[in-house]
Amino acid sequence: MSQSHSGTEIVSRSNSLVLPSAEKSIEMHRSLLRVRMTEETLATRYTEQEMRTPTHFGTGQEAVAVGVCSALDAGDMVYTHHRSHNHFIARGGSVYELAAELYGRIDGCSLGRGGSVHLTDRDKGFMVSSAILAETVATAVGTALAYAMDGEAKVAVCFFGEGTLDEGAFYEAINFASIRKLPVVFACENNLYATESPLSVRQAPGSDLCDRLRAFKVTSERVDGNDVAAVYDAAVRAVQQARSGGGPVFLECMTYRWREHVGPMFDHDAKRSYRDKAEFDAWVARDPVRRSATRLIEQGVATAAEVEVWAAETKAEIEATVERARQAPWPAVDTLFENA
Amino acid sequence: MRTLSYAEAISEATVQAMECDPSIFVAGIAVDYPSGIFGTTTEAYKRFGKARVFDTPAMENALTGIAIGAAAVGKRPVIVHPRNDFMFLAFDQLINLAAKWKYMYGGRAGTVPIVVRAVVGRGWGQGATHSQSLQAPLAHFPGLTVLMPTSPHDAKGLMMAALQHDGPVVILEHRSLFGLKGEVPEEPYVVPIGSAEVVRPGTDLTVVATSFMTVEALRAADELAKDDISLEVIDLRSIRPLDEETILASLKKTGRLIVTDTSWEMCGVVSEIAALAAEKGFHDLKAPVRRIALPNCPAPVSQALEDVFYPKASTIAKAALVMLGRTSSSLGEIDLVDDFKGPY
Ligand SMILES: Cc1ncc(C[n+]2csc(CCOP(=O)(O)OP(=O)(O)O)c2C)c(N)n1
Ligand SMILES: [Mg+2]
Repeated sequence: MSQSHSGTEIVSRSNSLVLPSAEKSIEMHRSLLRVRMTEETLATRYTEQEMRTPTHFGTGQEAVAVGVCSALDAGDMVYTHHRSHNHFIARGGSVYELAAELYGRIDGCSLGRGGSVHLTDRDKGFMVSSAILAETVATAVGTALAYAMDGEAKVAVCFFGEGTLDEGAFYEAINFASIRKLPVVFACENNLYATESPLSVRQAPGSDLCDRLRAFKVTSERVDGNDVAAVYDAAVRAVQQARSGGGPVFLECMTYRWREHVGPMFDHDAKRSYRDKAEFDAWVARDPVRRSATRLIEQGVATAAEVEVWAAETKAEIEATVERARQAPWPAVDTLFENA
Repeated sequence: MRTLSYAEAISEATVQAMECDPSIFVAGIAVDYPSGIFGTTTEAYKRFGKARVFDTPAMENALTGIAIGAAAVGKRPVIVHPRNDFMFLAFDQLINLAAKWKYMYGGRAGTVPIVVRAVVGRGWGQGATHSQSLQAPLAHFPGLTVLMPTSPHDAKGLMMAALQHDGPVVILEHRSLFGLKGEVPEEPYVVPIGSAEVVRPGTDLTVVATSFMTVEALRAADELAKDDISLEVIDLRSIRPLDEETILASLKKTGRLIVTDTSWEMCGVVSEIAALAAEKGFHDLKAPVRRIALPNCPAPVSQALEDVFYPKASTIAKAALVMLGRTSSSLGEIDLVDDFKGPY
């Protein structure tokens, strides 16, 4: 781990948190389960070599997707980057269509044309994901511009990794959003690495991403990205500010990717040494799904038994759905030029 | 019929389209200056104000992405680059996203109807980075429509067509054409995308030209007509999609082909059309195809070098004479005098 981003500092911040209602907490926990189980099921089946699409699994980072999406209205619009399954599912996207897309089937959300990194479900308020860093930051700003021009009380959201702040194009987009006070929330998942490069080779010592955004007069806040309630709390405020004309907000959600950058393996199983096992273990100890479950039980919102049943039900349902997607038909070859 | 300049025609198309379609807005560097991109956006700004015609920071890539994101939810953005060379910074959004949007998301994310206007510079020392002409790299990619109107009539009609098209369109406007006058109907109309036009019928040799090279080709044709040589000149107008039919029909008639473009040969538009002739018009060819394009170096600034850098009417005429095995006495005096006074 690196620089000023110490995990303990962030965890202690969320002690003063006002927790969401029991109903919201349960809803978010069930969403976390859905996201986690989808990704775990896909990761397990990925090794069968039937999903032939480079995939960036989001296991460990679920609380950011769920916390932010839980703060949105149906009419708001989400954009995201390459590590996007979490956002797709948290926004209400279909597990079946996601899995079918990975299998290259006609029932995929993008008809098997896009793959893991090009998802869409615009009816659910998930416009697109894209594989080029910083690309969808600008498109989210454009959607926010359209909302502002039409006086619509809608918000655009873009999820991306901290690696996107290594790209020049990012600053063009956030600058314009700030000048025009556009209704857009920038949800950064700082998982400390871009592929296998730690922050230390990409940022000067003491560099602070929120400070960069503040230089552009964008409201910025660092959040414990493994605490769904903390993310939700910050997202509600961010969305409220954006929606009411207060201008864009940048949330730096501190989190950690469990699996390898691209593919389903764990780095230590793959004998990679760019990050050590102790760091990994420390972050797994802050598992966002388990923390949510523990809190539900501690707060008396749900019993341990209930939480276990939800997990088991979700897992079974998703496993069946993914298998069904695997059996979906291929696109007909004479549709190669469809939408070209 | 009424005549307008090329710049006035673009302006009129913009204003008329904006009147009918409230989703259109115009954004880019300097679009709301009084100078309004050579006068093409001034009237729209007067009519619709800053809400729909607004200056932006220099952010070519983000601006393109912003246009895409706005188009995705129902807007029809027009973004303007005072020189198309600046668009290299926008290639990510334009090529990786806009061009692929409809296909890559299976049609389920809708379409992104953006119009990108970009000016091609030439002369008065514009130099290596302010005078390039990007039609070839742009037209390489499926999903992009690339237009190069030459006449004021087509400048209006293709702009209106672009503003009704359901995908991304790039319109390359040649700086040397902005003052060109021609007949332009007052009422709104479209010139169909993907149609070349025979702007001068002829029988001996076909010249397929793009943009300003069409003007040069027409001068060459006028000159050669004095010696009873009949050139057929085709203004390509649309680079992608390409109107193969019009080119091949002309080739069938004349059997000889010169292709001339505002950019280089290598992997260029001239080469694409030469390939078309080789593949689909081979049996009509009476002579090898000749390409007339920029010489293989960046554009120089010095007037002495600029003069020899750009192919001209005389270049085309001489090539035609060689191809036809003919001679002419008057060549060399037919070239346009560049009356552009700069600085931009
Ligand atoms: C413009 C661009 N450059 C490089 C890449 C290759 N690339 C894919 S993911 C990635 C790292 C991204 O890191 P980050 O933004 O932190 O997201 P994370 O993968 O950590 O979720 C890189 C460099 C790319 N997709 N796009
Ligand atoms: Mg990262």
